[in-house]
Amino acid sequence: MSVLTIKDVTKLFPGGTKAVDSFSLEVADGELVCLLGPSGSGKSTLLRMVGGFETPSAGLIAIDGEDITRMPPEKRPTGMVFQSHALWTHMDVFKNLAFGLKLRRLPATEIKRKVEAVLELVGLGGYGSRRVTQLSGGQQQRVALARSLVLEPKILLLDEPFASLDQHLRERLREEVRDIQQRVGITTLFVTHGQDEALSMADRIVVMRDGGTEQIDRPDVVYRNPQTPFVAGFIGTMNLLEGTVANGIFTRASFSHPLAVADGPATLAIRPEALDVTPAEPGAAKVHRVTDYGTHGLLDLDLPDDTRLKAMVSHPAQYRHGMGVNLTPRAVSAYRNNAQIFRSEA
Amino acid sequence: MSTTIKVARPVDWTGIFFAVVLTLVIVVPLLVVGTWAFTNVWRFPSVIPQEFGLKFWYQTLARADVWSSITMSLTLATTVTLISAVICLPAAYAFARMDFPGRDILFFSFLAGHAFPKFGLLVAIAGIFLQLNLIGTFWGVVLIQLVGTLLFMIWIPVAAFQSVDRRMEEAARDVGASPFRVFWSITLPQAGPTIAAALLLSFVGTFYETEGAWLIGAPQVRTLPVLMISFINNQPVIQYGAVLSVLLWVPSFIALLFARRVVNSGSFAKGFGA
Repeated sequence: MSVLTIKDVTKLFPGGTKAVDSFSLEVADGELVCLLGPSGSGKSTLLRMVGGFETPSAGLIAIDGEDITRMPPEKRPTGMVFQSHALWTHMDVFKNLAFGLKLRRLPATEIKRKVEAVLELVGLGGYGSRRVTQLSGGQQQRVALARSLVLEPKILLLDEPFASLDQHLRERLREEVRDIQQRVGITTLFVTHGQDEALSMADRIVVMRDGGTEQIDRPDVVYRNPQTPFVAGFIGTMNLLEGTVANGIFTRASFSHPLAVADGPATLAIRPEALDVTPAEPGAAKVHRVTDYGTHGLLDLDLPDDTRLKAMVSHPAQYRHGMGVNLTPRAVSAYRNNAQIFRSEA
Repeated sequence: MSTTIKVARPVDWTGIFFAVVLTLVIVVPLLVVGTWAFTNVWRFPSVIPQEFGLKFWYQTLARADVWSSITMSLTLATTVTLISAVICLPAAYAFARMDFPGRDILFFSFLAGHAFPKFGLLVAIAGIFLQLNLIGTFWGVVLIQLVGTLLFMIWIPVAAFQSVDRRMEEAARDVGASPFRVFWSITLPQAGPTIAAALLLSFVGTFYETEGAWLIGAPQVRTLPVLMISFINNQPVIQYGAVLSVLLWVPSFIALLFARRVVNSGSFAKGFGA
């Protein structure tokens, strides 16, 4: 169906700040790509440029090879779902969905058929005559999605669509949206600052920082093999240890681990689930806090220099505050100068 | 068993004083005029009229000049409000959504018409209108009253437009609406209630406007308030003026009911930069 190409796109804001810095990405047909990053990373600006609400200072945006860089939003074959859903409160659900179809001068029977079909698709069959303000937050977000889908855009743009919903609803809706997206087979660009959303929904994740790309990969790869310390720290829980390598041994305070890289400073990244803990006195670290989640436990550990580490354990009951433990990482990755220099699998 | 705890509330004497004074100053004259309108005979020193009745309503409404001035006032107020809307609403949208050089100065310039003694300004304008042969014409009065509506019709809609969620407008662009279509189908309906109040205020303001209508329009163009003044000045019968004032209350009462919404919603205050 449709391919989105973003090439060397830069956006300068008045005052000279670079919101997006020569960003390139190709979204394949039917693919869902997540732009993930902290606020201010340029992900929303990038999405708005694809939607036509911002104009790039440089670069090219194309859909199926057609240059749309300077096309106004009403001419673009893109459909955007806004964070605040932005439904038109003076219209009922049917009119919200029919507005774009009416602009395209479709016959009334055709409009009715399409609107009813899309309402079924998002699970709101029969809601056409409801007032928008009578709907719950999740229903409103579904109407917003339907409003975009009913026009059959080539590219679907989602701007933090679940940000205003509570956790429970968010989880349900992202499954639904992913489901609908796959059924319709629509090429989708999705902006979020929630890593759970990105990891559970995306075919690929673009981790953004300061307007640039840190890593573009499948979710499992981004999680298991982060290419920069920023990605390592941003996705999931990660122990990041700054230390030094000498003679093949990484050292930070009382903690040391063999690391086959050249001597010098390094950042060691260890997932809590990849850090084995064994009780030992005095031990390399002290247990600060034990949290029992039922299925597993999480230990907060302190090195003598007050560096805090987290480790996942299967039997938290055997640990107490103040106990000494030794630490054995099963898998680590190491970084120097913002690039990965070492990686070991569990 | 329950015990009642008495909380000593200090008596707000200042508040009561102001309430009483305001009541006396505002309500009493209204009551007196209202009573006069429905009075056939009321002679000194009686406190209540000797004879109530609608005699003067019949007499007033039987006069041709009253009806022609009512028609004139309604036509004038409608014309001015419509023209003002056509000129001011797009301008207000520009003030609310766009940034252009001189925006702030231009925005506050609408205060100028209200910042100086009005009569001095009117006399100066009348001098110019005399040259342009606009004195004593309908369109001359329309023009002078348009100036009076600018402040309301720009400032209140600006606040209304600013409170419309920009994402709603963007969503409309996204589904294929041109900027003008967005304004017509999304922005205007969203800002609707507040703009309706502004329209009403400008209608009522024009309806009651006296000095401009009199100075520019007399003697050919006679609005209801102008007629009322001449009644009060020239007729020994109080009831004519009273009946006309009661007639004149109707639009202002409706306007007040609507204006409450605007003032309460705070958008009025926002229009003034609060």
